Amino acid sequence: MVEFISLNPLLSALIALATLGLSFGAILGFGAVKFAVEGDPIVEQINAILPQTQCGQCGYPGCKPYAEAIAEGDAINKCPPGGEAGINELANLLDIEPLALDDEHGQEDIKKVAFIREEECIGCTKCIQACPIDAILGAAKVMHTVITTECTGCDLCVEPCPVDCIDMLPISVGTQAWKWQIPDRNPFYNANIIASDHRSMDLSGVTKH
Amino acid sequence: MRKIWDIHGGVHPNENKTQSLGEPIVLSAIPPYLYVPLSQHIGAPAQPIVKIGDNVLKGQTIASANAAISVPVHAPSSGIIFAIENKSVPHPSGIDDMCIVIKTDGLDQWRERNTNKDFSQLSGDELLSIIRNAGIAGMGGAGFPTAIKLKGKNNKPIDTLIINGTECEPYITADHSLMLENADDIAMGLAILAKIIKPKTILFGIEDNKMDAVNGIEVALEKIDFSAYSDHAIDVEVVSFPTKYPSGGEKQLIQILTGKQVPSHGLPADIGIVCHNIGTAVAIQDAVCLDHPLISRVTTVTGEAVSQPRNYHVLIGTPVSFLLEQSQYRADVSNRLIMGGPMMGFALNDASVPIIKTSNCVLAPTETELPSPPPAQACIRCGMCAEACPASLLPQQLYWFSQGKELEKLEQHNIADCIECGACSYVCPSNIPLVQYYRASKTDIKQREVDHHNAELAKRRFDTRQDRLLRLEQEKIAAKEARQTARKNSNKTDKHVSLTSTASNDSAASSKSTEDRDATIKAAIKRAQEKKSASAATNEDPVARAQAKREAQLEQDQADPEAKLTRAVENAQQRLEKLHIKFSEAKKNNDKNITIIETGLEKAQAKLISSQQALDDHQKISFTNDKA
Repeated sequence: MVEFISLNPLLSALIALATLGLSFGAILGFGAVKFAVEGDPIVEQINAILPQTQCGQCGYPGCKPYAEAIAEGDAINKCPPGGEAGINELANLLDIEPLALDDEHGQEDIKKVAFIREEECIGCTKCIQACPIDAILGAAKVMHTVITTECTGCDLCVEPCPVDCIDMLPISVGTQAWKWQIPDRNPFYNANIIASDHRSMDLSGVTKH
Repeated sequence: MRKIWDIHGGVHPNENKTQSLGEPIVLSAIPPYLYVPLSQHIGAPAQPIVKIGDNVLKGQTIASANAAISVPVHAPSSGIIFAIENKSVPHPSGIDDMCIVIKTDGLDQWRERNTNKDFSQLSGDELLSIIRNAGIAGMGGAGFPTAIKLKGKNNKPIDTLIINGTECEPYITADHSLMLENADDIAMGLAILAKIIKPKTILFGIEDNKMDAVNGIEVALEKIDFSAYSDHAIDVEVVSFPTKYPSGGEKQLIQILTGKQVPSHGLPADIGIVCHNIGTAVAIQDAVCLDHPLISRVTTVTGEAVSQPRNYHVLIGTPVSFLLEQSQYRADVSNRLIMGGPMMGFALNDASVPIIKTSNCVLAPTETELPSPPPAQACIRCGMCAEACPASLLPQQLYWFSQGKELEKLEQHNIADCIECGACSYVCPSNIPLVQYYRASKTDIKQREVDHHNAELAKRRFDTRQDRLLRLEQEKIAAKEARQTARKNSNKTDKHVSLTSTASNDSAASSKSTEDRDATIKAAIKRAQEKKSASAATNEDPVARAQAKREAQLEQDQADPEAKLTRAVENAQQRLEKLHIKFSEAKKNNDKNITIIETGLEKAQAKLISSQQALDDHQKISFTNDKA
């Protein structure tokens, strides 16, 4: 063996490399079959960021289809319920520049839930069929009601209602759910810093709360 | 002498504590109305168990704790329940919250009390249930239910109990005066805590600006043999350390006294330490030895806008305005009201808010004393905030990320460890309200977690629904196919029967298929009957509906005859238009019915004119009536 190598250095190197190449190729080939990932994992990750309202405002019939479209290269700014935070997260995940929300698909709104004015409900079940997440309870010819904790505020039940008895109401904020707000950018924030840079300024509205 | 560690950062604001220490704690009067919020602690609000108009005695439970993390609420004085409604409460949002309003009778009559309890005979669990039922929540500021904190986790033994008498925030002297006047009660409360926790060491931390309190506490603690409450020796030590803000933060105090750091996202219990405030110790003593639930506390009222700054023993639910009156509050010089201290407190919009279990101070400063914050300027990246941060964070980075709403980066920079002490805002030369940015971002992060959780639930519901719809669709198709095959089979069997009958050669298979056929026929008949009855029901329905509609209209017409007339005009117009269209069509097609349509048209025109006339007449009459 040693003799063969010392006598045929070129040939033995070739044989060694070829053997290595074949064996690693076999390992990789086996691995590719054995540990193959079904579906596109990025779709699942995108879908996890989307708000799952299934509202269709993006133009796709649900969050999953939009996630698939994003994975295919569609714009990430078509989801008003996800808002700016959602776009930032998507941009982070896909390592692209965050965009401003596309106005064509609606504007970011405060969170709302559907509310059925129960005395007006005729029990047609149309809203139940429209609700993508089964958050409306009821049966034919009996009053329907929305499970507020499950409602994502997707708006889809409002349009089919023949008697217009569904309102989208903003969620009331109690002391438990209240949030601090980022301070307003006051006019001084972008002001010039040194005194000689200051132009005329109206202090009356700023100094006093 | 114990070794004292130092914490990173910290600031030295003017203490301003002497103003309110001039006189002993004053017992506040009973206000005419007490506003007792149901949520004065961290966790779920208590549930009211009294009705409006009920008579309640002092100390009676008026709201019970039904959730895992919650504490009950008691009547601070005797009287009747006046209302249970939304009232303004001390909360930075200024949002109203549920309160029980008690109209006091001035008698201050106690419920029955069991005052002769010797706590050394009680087990730890019994003591915990007394503490829970007494509604005690941490009185240092956060208001976490004390019983839950004391219970701890079974797998984490506690070897050090720290009592927090630091009170590092300027102006506040509630704990200081309590240590001066109630040292024995604090020592007794400590003994009860020792009996529950059975620690190896008890450390009593006091800043060195309160040396008078240190001496009093040392004397009081020497009177009690703590080791008697445990099966092992307990080492008790009062430790004084240099004054610095915020030494009183739980994590900061632990570091000062033990040199250990509480892990990020962890609890002191993770390193075998539990920390309680002295106010809580007194409340525990009152609950166990005197059977007093937590219905009062010591609150400092101070600031230059009050003539008599001092500490009050005040009933929970007493309006801040009532307390201020007793200190001769001068509204004309006060620029705002602050609940809590100048560093961590929040401004009140409304002086009618009540004192709650966590209210340690009401601060009424003048404009010169605590000027309104000047406008924020651009960050000049001086780095003073990072030097001041007691949690060793990078406030400047956090500020940029908060502005950009980069929640992931904020989490990576450990915003969760920010204790919102305000040291960074205090030192900021550009007056940037840094803490408000962090508070906003923290709530955003929490909200995002909730949103993700909800999205996950929504997704599961959506997927389940899709699966169900798919299954129903498949079942429908399957049923259709089954019906078709059944029909085919029955056709076959028909032939088969005719064949077999001619052959008159009976077989088991053929009899079975005839049975099948009979069954299908019966089922079909039944279906048809059902359909018929169902359609009958629906037929009946429109008739009833129409009748109801008619009746409703008649009623309406009687109430408003003008509407009826207007409707008649409208109807006539519509009919006329329709007939016009029909007429023109008929003309085009040379219809033979054209004459009939023509007469109809004439009649409709006449009807329109007459109904218009009737309406005009009616309007004239009503007009003249109105005039008359």
